[in-house]
Amino acid sequence: MKTKTSLDVLGKLCPIPIIKLAERMKVMEPGDTVTLLADDPLIVVDLPAWCDGHGQELVRLEKTGDHYVGLVRKTA
Amino acid sequence: MTTDSHPKRAVGLLSGGLDSTLATMMLLEQGVEVLGLNFSTGFCLTDHRRAVNKEKDPKRLRNEALRCGSDLKVPVEIVDICNKEYLGILTKPKYGYGSAANPCVDCRSFMFTHARHYMDEVGASFVFSGEVLGQRPMSQHLNSLRIVESESGLNGRLLRPLSAQLLDPTIPENEGWVDRKKLGRISGRSRNGQMELAERYGLSDFPQPAGGCCYLTDQSFATRFRDFLKFQSPDYEPQYEDFLLLKVGRHFRTPIGAKAIVGRDASENGFLERFQENHWVFKVDGFAGPLTLSPDAHDEERAALVAGIAARYSDGKEETEVKVHYGWQGQFDKCLSVTPSSPNVTQAWLLQ
Repeated sequence: MKTKTSLDVLGKLCPIPIIKLAERMKVMEPGDTVTLLADDPLIVVDLPAWCDGHGQELVRLEKTGDHYVGLVRKTA
Repeated sequence: MTTDSHPKRAVGLLSGGLDSTLATMMLLEQGVEVLGLNFSTGFCLTDHRRAVNKEKDPKRLRNEALRCGSDLKVPVEIVDICNKEYLGILTKPKYGYGSAANPCVDCRSFMFTHARHYMDEVGASFVFSGEVLGQRPMSQHLNSLRIVESESGLNGRLLRPLSAQLLDPTIPENEGWVDRKKLGRISGRSRNGQMELAERYGLSDFPQPAGGCCYLTDQSFATRFRDFLKFQSPDYEPQYEDFLLLKVGRHFRTPIGAKAIVGRDASENGFLERFQENHWVFKVDGFAGPLTLSPDAHDEERAALVAGIAARYSDGKEETEVKVHYGWQGQFDKCLSVTPSSPNVTQAWLLQ
């Protein structure tokens, strides 16, 4: 069964959101997803880059109100 | 090195700058699997610009290590090393400081020790970096490179691909995991060798060399850093927030030892606001002015000097006398009438 979790890094500046995401991804299984809530605007460049380098799937990243919501699926 | 390590797997210290990018490409070209490691020290200039929001273009503030990992399809692990142990190195470095507050040899040794542990954890066989022999005065001359290798416990397993042919052969070269003949012989401060390599690899998107991106190499920061250490009791253990504050605003030390910190613009004032909880805060009555903090204005004599500095940077600087409200944690329950400090006086007290 695939699990869906969320990670709230509001108020944290990059690279902390990326470090927290990487820690979370380590304990996830392939197919699991995590929803990241962040308000550092730099997340729009750092999150896609991290996913790309790690071969993880960035399902979507959008701005909602004053923060960003990213959905990442663990591929392997 | 663990028994199940992979000979063709390496951990690379990756800043995303040209040198570490080229070193990574050289090894990828030889079929080495690279796992990137990037250290967040808390003293990176770019991270600080992000924090005070001085740059609006996200691309200019991107994390270059992540960008590099994305371009080369190399996973990059970011490690936050701004902890008690690291701060201990900054204040009492075994190998001393460079020209500013930069304990580069100790800092590099600390990072490479982490890299060795990570190498074991991920089953890699060696560590590499983009260091170039003779490029930086403190950390990249031959003796320093050897010290860092020894202090980190990586003996023989630390490869510097850009300068490898000028250095003693390492285990990955001797074992044939990498071909030494295909590694570089670059040395010195000239970037010509790197630019030639970049052209060969078709590299165009990389940050321009700027002589490092670390606050600790900044002379003005170093002045504040030394002043901070001088005024602490010997048993005080510095916190990261202490050093964070040294990056922002104008800093003054008065002759009687009182410290004042004055924001230089709206973004710095916003940044300083988060430190009000453990500072005296000063505000000039009836005139616009920057946020002024002091950690030690605990008697009226000290407070009056800090108030004079606050007045000097307010719109009331030409007045003969102004009222300044102040208090611990921004409570403004005290008030002093002071003459704004003269520019000559504040210049003499400025830590720069």
